[in-house]
Amino acid sequence: MLRLTTGRVGSLLTRRATAAVTTSSTRMANKEVSESVDMSQPMYWDRVDIPLPDRPYKDVLTDADKSLKQKEKGPWGQLTKEEKIALYRLTFCKTYPEMKQQTAEWKTVMGGIFFFLGFTGLVIWWQSVYVYPPRPRTFDDEWKSQQLKRMLDMRINPVQGFSAKWDYEKGQWK
Amino acid sequence: MSLPKPMMRGLLAKRLRFHLPIAFTLALTAAIAFKYTVTEPKKRAYADFYKQYDAVKEFNAMREAGIFESVQPTGK
Repeated sequence: MLRLTTGRVGSLLTRRATAAVTTSSTRMANKEVSESVDMSQPMYWDRVDIPLPDRPYKDVLTDADKSLKQKEKGPWGQLTKEEKIALYRLTFCKTYPEMKQQTAEWKTVMGGIFFFLGFTGLVIWWQSVYVYPPRPRTFDDEWKSQQLKRMLDMRINPVQGFSAKWDYEKGQWK
Repeated sequence: MSLPKPMMRGLLAKRLRFHLPIAFTLALTAAIAFKYTVTEPKKRAYADFYKQYDAVKEFNAMREAGIFESVQPTGK
């Protein structure tokens, strides 16, 4: 349940007694680590598929915000455009177009893909030198030509397949 | 705010009315195409092959090639 920062992991290992949920009241004792989020409270998410998150974006309002919220309880036609936008920004962090903005993340993704493909190539190369057993003799050219001759002698697939393509009178492929 | 009431029922039936005939036609066409491009040529190929097939001659040819274990090539 806890979102663990790296500092929190270290403190968990050393102080098992305080491994419970860190609320804001005990944050003072762990000042050297970054704040962890209390996941038992409703959270705010900017997500395209959650249009109304569990709580408004700003829940500690300044006095100006509070007076604006009071004005919101009246008829909305009396709100100016800036006030309406300010009210929106109190409840939401990003608008839908802002959420859907393209990032440059794809470059990182593609870079990571190619990097690991390259690394895999190196691993396979190492394997082909140090791990693979010796090549089976059935892959030698001489063996393969003998195998082919035997298949033709046995008349493998003589109707439409393998031996159908061999001209038995002339001894060559059709 | 006086929008017309949307269609609440019969949505699947409407879709099927449109897509089922198309689906059946396409499936039938695929079957007919397969029959005349694959099965008929195959049947003809097999018929032609066996019209001129001499089993004994083929057997002797195979025997001379030395692939059998029950009979040896003539001359041994």
